Amino acid sequence: MIPGSFNYHRPKSVQEAVGLLAKLGDDGRLLAGGHSLIPTMKLRLATPANLIDLGGIADLKGIRADGNDIVVGAMTTQHDLIASDLLASKIPILRETSAQIADPQVRYVGTLGGNVANGDPANDMPALMMCLNATFHASGKSGERKIAARGFYQGLYATALQSGEVLTAIRIPVPAAGHGYAYEKLKRKIGDFATAAAAVVLTMKGGKVNSCAIALTNVADKPLLAEEATKILIGSALDAATVKRAVAAAEAITSPAEDPRGPAQYRTKMAGVMLTRALARAKSLAKG
Amino acid sequence: MNDMTPTSAERAAKLEGMGCKRKRVEDIRFTQGKGNYVDDIKLPNMLYGEFNRSPYGHAHVKKIDTAKAAAVPGVVAVLTAETLKTVNLAWMPTLAGDVQMVLADGYVLFQNQEVAFVIADSREAAADAADLVEVEYEQLPVNVDPLKAMAPNAPVIREDLKGKTEGAHGKRKHYNHIFSWQAGDKAAADAAFAKADVTIREMISYPRVHPCPLETCQCVASFDKIKGELTLYGTFQAPHVIRTVGSLISKIPEHKIHVISPDVGGGFGNKVGAYPGYICSIVASIVTGVPVKWTESRIDNLSTTAFARDFHMDMELACTKDGKLLGLRCYTIADHGAFDACANATKWPAGLFSIISGSYDIPAAHCLVDGVYTNKAPGGVAYRCSFRVTEAAYCVERAMDIMAQKLGMDPADFRMKNLIRREQFPYTSAFGWQYDSGDYQTALTKAMEAVSYRKLRDEQKQKREAFKRGETRELMGIGVIHFTEIVGAGPSRNCDILGIAMFDSAEIRIHPTGSGICRLGTKSQGQGHETTYAQIIATELGLAADSITVEEGNTDTAPYGLGTYGSRSTPVSGAATAMACRKIKAKAQMIAAYMLEVHDDDLEWDVDRFRVKGNPERFKTMTELAWAAYHEVPPGMEPGLEAVDYYDPPNFTFPFGAYICVVDVDVDTGMIKVRRFYALDDCGTRINPMIIEGQIHGGLAEAFGIAMGQEIHYDDDGNVTTASFLDYFLPTAVETPRWETDWTTTPSPHHPIGAKGVGESPNVGGVPCFSNAVNDAFAFLGSTHIQMPHDHWRVWTAAEKLGLHA
Ligand SMILES: Cc1cc2nc3c(=O)[nH]c(=O)nc-3n(C[C@H](O)[C@H](O)[C@H](O)COP(=O)(O)OP(=O)(O)OC[C@H]3O[C@@H](n4cnc5c(N)ncnc54)[C@H](O)[C@@H]3O)c2cc1C
Repeated sequence: MIPGSFNYHRPKSVQEAVGLLAKLGDDGRLLAGGHSLIPTMKLRLATPANLIDLGGIADLKGIRADGNDIVVGAMTTQHDLIASDLLASKIPILRETSAQIADPQVRYVGTLGGNVANGDPANDMPALMMCLNATFHASGKSGERKIAARGFYQGLYATALQSGEVLTAIRIPVPAAGHGYAYEKLKRKIGDFATAAAAVVLTMKGGKVNSCAIALTNVADKPLLAEEATKILIGSALDAATVKRAVAAAEAITSPAEDPRGPAQYRTKMAGVMLTRALARAKSLAKG
Repeated sequence: MNDMTPTSAERAAKLEGMGCKRKRVEDIRFTQGKGNYVDDIKLPNMLYGEFNRSPYGHAHVKKIDTAKAAAVPGVVAVLTAETLKTVNLAWMPTLAGDVQMVLADGYVLFQNQEVAFVIADSREAAADAADLVEVEYEQLPVNVDPLKAMAPNAPVIREDLKGKTEGAHGKRKHYNHIFSWQAGDKAAADAAFAKADVTIREMISYPRVHPCPLETCQCVASFDKIKGELTLYGTFQAPHVIRTVGSLISKIPEHKIHVISPDVGGGFGNKVGAYPGYICSIVASIVTGVPVKWTESRIDNLSTTAFARDFHMDMELACTKDGKLLGLRCYTIADHGAFDACANATKWPAGLFSIISGSYDIPAAHCLVDGVYTNKAPGGVAYRCSFRVTEAAYCVERAMDIMAQKLGMDPADFRMKNLIRREQFPYTSAFGWQYDSGDYQTALTKAMEAVSYRKLRDEQKQKREAFKRGETRELMGIGVIHFTEIVGAGPSRNCDILGIAMFDSAEIRIHPTGSGICRLGTKSQGQGHETTYAQIIATELGLAADSITVEEGNTDTAPYGLGTYGSRSTPVSGAATAMACRKIKAKAQMIAAYMLEVHDDDLEWDVDRFRVKGNPERFKTMTELAWAAYHEVPPGMEPGLEAVDYYDPPNFTFPFGAYICVVDVDVDTGMIKVRRFYALDDCGTRINPMIIEGQIHGGLAEAFGIAMGQEIHYDDDGNVTTASFLDYFLPTAVETPRWETDWTTTPSPHHPIGAKGVGESPNVGGVPCFSNAVNDAFAFLGSTHIQMPHDHWRVWTAAEKLGLHA
C-alpha cells in the first residue's frame, strides 16, 4: 500500500501541462483529485515516474452557462457540482448523480474531469455524460479538439483521449425545460461503485415520450448508450409492455463481469431493474 | 450529623461506581488524536520491515533471488526461510499445537503467504525492495473447499506432515485432516432421534469472515545486544502470552523480554495470535541491532492474519409432534486454512462449540467436529465471541426456526416452549456445561411485548397476501432469537493456553492520599477498561472512580494474565479486581478498628467508610484509612495498602439475550431494509450501562456486516477476491440500522460482583437474528435455509429460485 517513487510537477497553465506531457511522454501522468489514480498507485498497478498535478490551474475550475450549454471545467469537484445552483436548476440529474458518488470526503477532491477521463466503467459520470450528450474539450500539442462523450469510451481504461492531451472542460447541452430524469444506482453501501446503474433523461408530449436518452453504468467494459431501448420507447406512453421490451433491449447490450457485487446474470438483471425504476421516476418528473 | 451531611446515597453517587453511566476516561485522549498506538512509536535508528508475499494459493518455491531487492538504496537486509533456519525459526509453533511457516520454506500454501522479509531505512524503500524479490514458483493444485479437503484425491496441503497419523488432538483420518473432536452422548442422541415424531436436518454454513479491526496488526521489536534484552511493542490482546510464547520460541529468558501493548485500535480476536511479522521483526532487530517496525496493510490484514468462522455444520434436531425438543446432532467441518493457528484454549480444538444446545432444554445431544487443511490463510479465531460460540449460536438459532417451520409453530412460541426454565438453574446441559443463571422466558416475553410481536405477525400475514396478489414486491421478515453465551474462559479445570491456566489478575495499590492504581493482566482494545475497572474499585473500596488509574499492557508492571478476548475481562479480571479490593478492605477494617478502638466485628461498611455499629457518627473513611495505612498501622501489621489477586473462576458465565429484527426484502433487487432491531441483553450486574450500550451497538453493527454481506472469498485458483474494502463489505453508519436496546439483570451467582460480560453478546446474537429475519421473509414459500451472507445478489438468487421473478 505504498506507492513507488515519482517526481511531482505543478504547472500553472494548461499550456505548461501540455508541454510537460509532451516532454515526459509515457512517463508523465496527469493528477486531478487523485481518488482513482492514487489508490491504483498504492497497489502499484500504476507506477508513473512523474505526476503532473492540474490543481494549480485556475482556468480548469468553474461552472458557467454558455448559450444553451453549460460548461464545466475539468477540475471542478464533484462537491462543486452538488453545490451549484445553476446545475440544480438546469441539469438536476448531474447533482443527483454526483450525490451518489462515493462519500463527501471523496467528492470534495474528486473531479468531473478525472471521473470522465479515467475510463473506468464503474464510474458514474461517463454514462451520465453519454446520456446528456456532452462534449469533452481536449488540449494537446497540436491544439484543441472536441470529442463527443458518446464516442469517447472504447473499453476498460481506453478512451479517445490521446497521450499528450489534457481534458480541459465538459460542455453539456441543457435538456429541454420540463424534462424528466433519474439516475438509479444499486450499490451495497456508501462508497461503493454501482452493481448496476441507469441514467434516463426524457421529455413527454401529450403523454407520450417525445425524446429520450438512456445510458448504463458498470455493466460492460465501458459505459453503454442504450439506443435500441430508446427507439422502442419513443412515442410510447411508457406502458408496462413497452417498458418491458425496452428493458429487455437494454439488458441485451450488457456484458458485465462477475465480481463480489454479483454474478454477470444478476448484474444484467439489475441494469434492467434500475432502468425500469429510472423510467418510472423520470416519467413522474416530466411535464407534458 | 447535621442536615448538610451527605446521605449514603449521595456519597455513593459521587463515587461513580457500579451502575453509573460514567463517561469513558480514555475518550479524552482518543477523541483528540492523542492516543498512543504502535504506529506512534518511533525509536531512534528504527528500520522498517515489509514482506514479499506469494501471488499463488499453492506452489512449490523453486528459487528465491534477493539480489535486486538487496541492492535498493536503504535496504539493510533481506530475510528468507534459509536465513531463519540459522536461528531455527523458519517455522513456529501455533497455539493449537501445529507448526506454521514463518517464511515460505519450499512451499507456499495460501495466497499472500509471507515469502521474504525486507528490512530498510524507510517504509518506502522496504516496499520498493519487497517488490523486487524474485521468486520462481511451480504452481500446484489448489483446494479452497473444506468439504472437498478429505476427498481421496484432494491436493496434499501439508507436505511436512506426510505420514504423520497422529495430530495434536489424536488420530488423523486423512492427510488433510487436523483433528476430530466430539462432545455429548452419541448413543443417547441417536436414541432420541429414533423415537422422535419430527426431525429436521440442514447444512448450515457460517462463511469465513474477518474481525477487521480499524488498526491492523503491527509491532516494533527492539533488541538490546548489550543487555541481551528484547522490548516488543505490539498490537497484542494478550501481552503476557506473547512474552511466554516469545521466550519459548526465541529462547530469550522470559525476564529479558518486555512486551508492551500500548493503545490498541480494536482487536476482536485478530490480535490474539503470534504472526510471522512479529517473529521476523524480532529476528531482524537481533540481526541489525536496531529497532525494527512492521506494519500490516489492510490487504495483508484481511488476507493473512487470523480470519474467523468457516464452519460448515450439518445440523439435526429431533422433536415430539407438539414441539418438545428431544435431541440434537451436529457434524461440522471446520476449515482452519493451511496451518492450524486457531487461538483456542489448547485442549479445545473446536473451542466451546458444544454450547450448541443454546438456550434450550435438550435432553440428548452430540456433536463432532473435523478440522481440515485448505489453501487458505490460517486462523479460526474467536471474532468477538468466546471460542466458536458464534458458530454454535448461529447454527442452533437457524435450526430452531427450521424446526418451527416444519412443526407449523410460531418460532417465538416454539422457543418459549423449549427454553430452559428459571427454576432449572443452575442447569447442566446435555454437553455437560453448567449454566450459572438465567431467566430466559422473562427476557423473551419482554422482547416480544416491546415490539408488539403478535401485531408484527399479523402485519406480515397481510403483506404476504398482498404480495401474492401482486400489490407489492416486498416481503416482510421477522427474526427472533434467544441466545446463550459461554464466556469468561476460564476455569483452570477446563482451560489452558499451552499449559498456562486461564486465570486472570489484578494488582491494586492505594496511595497514602486515597487515590490508587490498578494493574491487570487483561488489555483493553477499545472496551473502556480504564473506566469500568475503576468503577468496580469505587464501589468495592468507597474511593471515587476518578481517583483510580487503571493500567494494562506492560508485562513488566502488570501481573500475569491471559489477556482480553472471549468476553473474559469482566468475568475474570473484573472478579480479580473485586477480590483484590476485598483483601484491601479487610486490612482497612483492621486499621479502622484499631483507630476507633473497637473490635473488627463492631464495624460495618457504609459506602466509603467503616462505622461503628449503632454509632454511625464514629467512622473512618477509606481515604483516612489509606493515610493511616502508611503511618499508624496496628502493632505487628505491615504498612501499606495493596493487594494482588489471581482469579481462577469456578465456572464460566452465561450471558444471554433475546433479539428481534424486522426486515423488508425487495425481491427484485435483493436489497434488505432493516426496519427495526430490538436487543435485550442480560449480562448480569451492569457496571456501566453506557459502555454496555456502546458495546452492543458496536457488536450489532458487526453482526449486520457479517449477516448482510461479509465473506472472505477465494476463487478456485486460490485467489482471495475480497482482500480490500472495495470488495469486502464493511458497512458504514449510513447502512447500519438504528438499535433499540434493553435489558434484564440476572446476576451470576458465582462471580464476586455478579457480572457476566457483554462485549460479544451482540455479535453472537445479532448474526442469527438478522439471518432468521431474512429467512423468515421467504419461509412461507417453502424455503428452509438461505446461506449467509444475505447480500443483494444472493437474496435475489434465492428469490429467483423460488420463481419470484417470473
Ligand atoms: C472510496 C471511493 C469510492 C468511490 N466511489 C465512486 C463512485 O461511486 N462513483 C464514481 O464515479 N467514482 C467513485 N470514485 C472515484 C472518484 O469519483 C474519483 O475521484 C474519480 O473517478 C476520478 O477523479 P479524480 O479527480 O480523483 O481523478 P484522478 O484520480 O486524479 O485521475 C483519474 C485518471 O484520470 C486522468 N485525468 C485526470 N484528470 C484529467 C484531465 N483533466 N485530463 C486528462 N486526464 C485526466 C488521470 O491521469 C488518471 O488516469 C470513488 C473513489 C474512492 C476513493
